[in-house]
Amino acid sequence: MTEATAKPGDATALARLRTAARALARRLSVDGRTGVIALPYAWLFVFFFVPFVIVAKISLAQMVLQRPPYTAFLLWPDGQTWPTIQVFWSNYAWLLQDPLYWIAYLNSLKIALVSTVLCLLVGYPIAYGIARTPATVRTLLLLMVILPFWTSFLLRVYAWIGILKQKGLINAALMSLGIIDQPLDMLHNDFSVYVGIVYSYLPFMILPLYATLEKLDVSLLEAAEDLGARPIRAFFTVTVPLSLPGILAGSMLVFIPAVGEFVIPSLLGGPDTLMIGKILWNEFFSNRDWPVASAVTIVLILVLVIPIVILQRQQVKAQEALE
Amino acid sequence: MTRRLSPFVITMMVFGFAFLYGPIVSLIVYSFNESKLVTVWGGFSTKWYGELVRNEQILEAAFLSLKIALMTGAIAVVFGTLAGMALARYGSFRGRTFFTSLVTGPLVMPDVIIGISLLLMFVSTQQWFGWPQGRGVDTITIAHATFCMAYVTVIVQSRMSALDGSIEEAALDLGARPAKVFFTVTLPIIAPACIAGFLLSFTLSLDDLVIASFVSGPGSSTLPMVVFSKVRLGVSPQINALATIIVGIVTIAVILAGILMHRQEKRRQADIQQALQQAGY
Repeated sequence: MTEATAKPGDATALARLRTAARALARRLSVDGRTGVIALPYAWLFVFFFVPFVIVAKISLAQMVLQRPPYTAFLLWPDGQTWPTIQVFWSNYAWLLQDPLYWIAYLNSLKIALVSTVLCLLVGYPIAYGIARTPATVRTLLLLMVILPFWTSFLLRVYAWIGILKQKGLINAALMSLGIIDQPLDMLHNDFSVYVGIVYSYLPFMILPLYATLEKLDVSLLEAAEDLGARPIRAFFTVTVPLSLPGILAGSMLVFIPAVGEFVIPSLLGGPDTLMIGKILWNEFFSNRDWPVASAVTIVLILVLVIPIVILQRQQVKAQEALE
Repeated sequence: MTRRLSPFVITMMVFGFAFLYGPIVSLIVYSFNESKLVTVWGGFSTKWYGELVRNEQILEAAFLSLKIALMTGAIAVVFGTLAGMALARYGSFRGRTFFTSLVTGPLVMPDVIIGISLLLMFVSTQQWFGWPQGRGVDTITIAHATFCMAYVTVIVQSRMSALDGSIEEAALDLGARPAKVFFTVTLPIIAPACIAGFLLSFTLSLDDLVIASFVSGPGSSTLPMVVFSKVRLGVSPQINALATIIVGIVTIAVILAGILMHRQEKRRQADIQQALQQAGY
């Protein structure tokens, strides 16, 4: 624009303008790189990291009947040069005293752990089978593992109510076949929660397992068999150790979100299914005690830090292997 | 690696896929059931679909959810692609470890944690800076974009790491400006990953109940929030009809995407072949 409107006479000005434009472009290309990092970095910092700091701050407040419903962190009365920090440890003391929270944390860990093991037991043979089918079928099978992930999670969990309830599909089928005379209690207990978690998170287990099993070198298995190992033994001494990264990644992808699961225990669980996600929800929406809910959140994050670090180490390693 | 499968593995695969698809099939079948009871087959009927399209609460919520999902997809694709590029191409930069944890954190962090922490942040910033003015579409979109971005980043990053950077370097060596290289070389290569990331963000946003429940305000109930309040009271055939429609759309979309990608790949291979022939190989 500027070049086009400039008079042909002032050639030096034009040249100077060009140099300046080039210098600016060079500056921008350097800053372009910084911008590529800075934009998502800033977004995630503001909307993912800062919220945790605020939760930590509010977990040290006390509930009050005003808006916002918690005490201030900084007290800054008129005439005082420096603000005073107001900290209450009472929420954490409350979590320690009330066995409800302990039971809920431990129960969530137990349910998540058992579900992870179940996912592994069900998912491993499927991933193994997919990795060994011919390439054309393999693409289709993989697509079929991913497809449920694209349909509503909430609705897929809801489907199990119709299947498991007293007059649901399974009970009706078993009773019409004469296998049972009394309907089985399969809904609103721990059993249905396990079914729901395994069902919902199975693809998260299968995909990383498949990724490691697919890369596995068949000649290693053949070598083991040539040396006289039976298939079962070759499987446990060669295949399983080599697929350990996949096992670890899949287990963490199931375990971590399962600990904090809310939808599955509230739709499929019973009144005595204590899971921390449900407690947190109730503390927040029913009791409206934001500081206690914040303390519950902070403890939950601390509980999940170890598995999250394991998962991230694993991902960094996988990424390095790729590069 | 192709090897013969043992009967055990085949049985497990059959049961596994039956387990994954049985509930979805049951949802679809009973959406056409005349009777309101799940186990009683009252004959074929589409009346629940009729009731669904006349249910204004659900329609309104569906419209709102679609709006949020579109905006979420757009934001998540832009920021996620940038983050994926940074992780795949820039090697080690200052703060990379922290950046990686910020990116992968939302992938596994339980929804309740993301929801409550974002809500408390919105409440605090409203108190400090007067933003946001109440909660609703904007806050839900920001929350969704934050966790969807992580998925886009992972997809774009893995696509870019799998491709070598020499084409981009060649373009730079030939004098193209970085921005030009991005739009003419990098973007066409990673476009499938970006599209996949957009679609995934769109779906995840459309599907989210927990985070939206925390950061929504009065009058901004998304589709999952309405569905959840209905489903809590028990089985409702209208919801089955809704599920069937969603499964139908997703299946068609996935099949179409598969065909398109297959064609594009074929064309690419043909182009490469042609280029090689012209070069005299």
